[in-house]
Amino acid sequence: MPAATEKSGAQRLTGAQIVVQALLDNGVDTVFGYPGGAVLPIYDALFEHAELRHVLVRHEQGAVHAAEGYARSTGRPGIVLVTSGPGATNVVTGLADAMMDSIPIVCLTGQVATHLIGSDAFQEADTVGITRPCTKHNWLVKVAADLPRVLHEAFYVATSGRPGPVVVDIPKDIQFAEIDYFGPKNIEHRSYKPQVTGDPKKIEAAVDLMAGAKRPIFYTGGGVINSGPEASKLLRELVQLTGYPITSTLMGLGAYPASDPQWLGLVGMHGTYESNNAMHDCDVMINIGARFDDRVTGLLEAFSPESKKIHVDIDPSSINKNILVDIPIIGDCARVLGDLIKVWKRRKLTTDECAIQPWWTQIDKWRDRQCLKYKQSSTIIKPQYAIQRLYELTKDMDVYISTEVGQHQMWAAQHYKFEEPNRWMTSGGLGTMGYGLPAAVGIQIAHPDSLVIDIAGEASVLMTMQELSTAVQHDLPIKVFIINNQYMGMVRQWQEILHDRRYSHSYTEALPDFVKLAEAYGACGLRVEKPEDVDDVIKEMISVNRPVLVDCVVDKEENCFPMIPSGAAHNKMILSQEESPREMSEEGKVLV
Amino acid sequence: MIEDKPAERRCIAILVDNEAGALARVIGLFSGRGYNIDSLTVAEVDPEKHTSRITIVTQATPMIVEQIKAQLNRLVPVQSVVDMTTEYESVERELALVKVCCTGEKRVESLRLSEVFRAHVVDTTHESFVFELTGAPSKLDAFVNLMRPLGLVDVSRTGVVAIARGSEIM
Repeated sequence: MPAATEKSGAQRLTGAQIVVQALLDNGVDTVFGYPGGAVLPIYDALFEHAELRHVLVRHEQGAVHAAEGYARSTGRPGIVLVTSGPGATNVVTGLADAMMDSIPIVCLTGQVATHLIGSDAFQEADTVGITRPCTKHNWLVKVAADLPRVLHEAFYVATSGRPGPVVVDIPKDIQFAEIDYFGPKNIEHRSYKPQVTGDPKKIEAAVDLMAGAKRPIFYTGGGVINSGPEASKLLRELVQLTGYPITSTLMGLGAYPASDPQWLGLVGMHGTYESNNAMHDCDVMINIGARFDDRVTGLLEAFSPESKKIHVDIDPSSINKNILVDIPIIGDCARVLGDLIKVWKRRKLTTDECAIQPWWTQIDKWRDRQCLKYKQSSTIIKPQYAIQRLYELTKDMDVYISTEVGQHQMWAAQHYKFEEPNRWMTSGGLGTMGYGLPAAVGIQIAHPDSLVIDIAGEASVLMTMQELSTAVQHDLPIKVFIINNQYMGMVRQWQEILHDRRYSHSYTEALPDFVKLAEAYGACGLRVEKPEDVDDVIKEMISVNRPVLVDCVVDKEENCFPMIPSGAAHNKMILSQEESPREMSEEGKVLV
Repeated sequence: MIEDKPAERRCIAILVDNEAGALARVIGLFSGRGYNIDSLTVAEVDPEKHTSRITIVTQATPMIVEQIKAQLNRLVPVQSVVDMTTEYESVERELALVKVCCTGEKRVESLRLSEVFRAHVVDTTHESFVFELTGAPSKLDAFVNLMRPLGLVDVSRTGVVAIARGSEIM
């Protein structure tokens, strides 16, 4: 061992060993990955480390979604290890998904040896080039000595500030090189320094505005979940302290308990009538960790026209991006919520009950519309009914829910009520079909004794169905509850409304037999076709201690309501099929 | 509330860690988010600290300019971002190399005009001149337009660089 190395206490290791050591030193216990030529040295180093669990997926996209499920249900970063070329290009969808939903992912990709880069070598792809727009940051390690620093920095960047995915691309010769290793101490970055504490003056101003509100609403998002469990606790405290109504984006469900009377339900395109009308008519909007996404705002010109807006976000680029706000506060949700509570209490503020009472009366009138009601059938399973029963039969259990993307996802968000954060994993920003099954794999890895259910659509789940094999291999008793309407339901719904019922290619004519498919994978397959059998099948699904695929055959043409048609304002919701517009504005049609 | 203000010309200076891909991140952000680039210059300005300075001229509404700045600041290697047009009194300069091919009276006229503009002749043959000219972009535009009828055949411009007046630094 060289003298200098001895003095600094550094260890001499190969690049591949350094990767494994850096993962362990950063608290990693699980890696989701798939081996290949350019990561063989790292896989070889993994071979000796039983304490680092490797979950072999069936497709690299599944590795990222599994890592996302792991990250979102634990609050710790998800780790992905894949090879160069196709391994790296296959993770792109997952990275883009994690980028949109701000999920901390550290993705390690193998790369061809440094001297081969640029020569169109076998399984070479410009990984940092391809992943640049869909990562928070990425690195190509060209100098072996940089490897320990880059790996530790990668964890720091992925998990600090607004979390996100990062990629470290490691050429094969770097994995073989022998270099000094140092641990993750005092990692900071020269130029990257996220701001976590909100400006005290703005916090005072925000409290002033909140205290004077007559028609206030809390509008919260994924930022509260990402900030950690403390943020959800503080949010509950502040909301109860003020007595104001609260709604949340798809990403923020669970931060506030859905059973509480101040909870108005989901906001946005398929949000509740009371949430959207309250957002439209409010005089003070308190946005905590949400980003005025187009699914939430609807028509920008008509978005909450009368309100003063407070916006708390850790990412300055979220401020004034879509909607100009009155009081922007840059900081971590938990810190800012804590400060808001402190100021509110210090100034001994109380809610103006006289002003708030009429507001609650109005909200109750909206609630009376019972916007989530649907027509029950005795002969055919309504998708909403299936999810309601799933909720009723699992709500008292230790349960985690993931979803795919489409109608079933919106019905799940409407009808499955969450009491705690980190229990709801869904692809919000990117809307990635095929997210839910691999996400469930990652959740179950992190919570082996919990009930993990992927509420799925039959079209979505077929995109990553092969991960059922992963679940079987790793003894993960995930439950995939397929709401099977044989259509890409949300596509069909839009074609019905926008394109005069011309159902172009949204019907899957040759679906597999899901029960046999499950059995082929070594999982358990169940089918339910009658409303009266739903409860029994759900109970059976829960009781089987293996991966289960439930084929829940539902009404083919049920639509998801309520709905804000694209290009419309919040107070122009349609509540049922009968109210569906037969024509939509040209401006509305171009919006997705 | 959404914005209804018109687009304005802004000159944005960005200090970045001079590492592989830093420029690609910046211009990728502009193209990916649909912002417009009128001109772009980049060079290392501090070899010891490995810092480069990128200057971008863009057209955007005030809300979008704020968004551009915030998005640039999100990039990990970006140290600082300044809107030189509104945050400072600043000097902007650009350099152009202008090739004119002509003979006779036109050749004499092009040389005479170059003196008016304080351009230097950096290369000449019997039928051509290469002029070097420094100044604000509008001055370069004017010179190029004057040269057009006299036999302008080629123009190369650096794009704008800017620096704050007085003792202030970004």
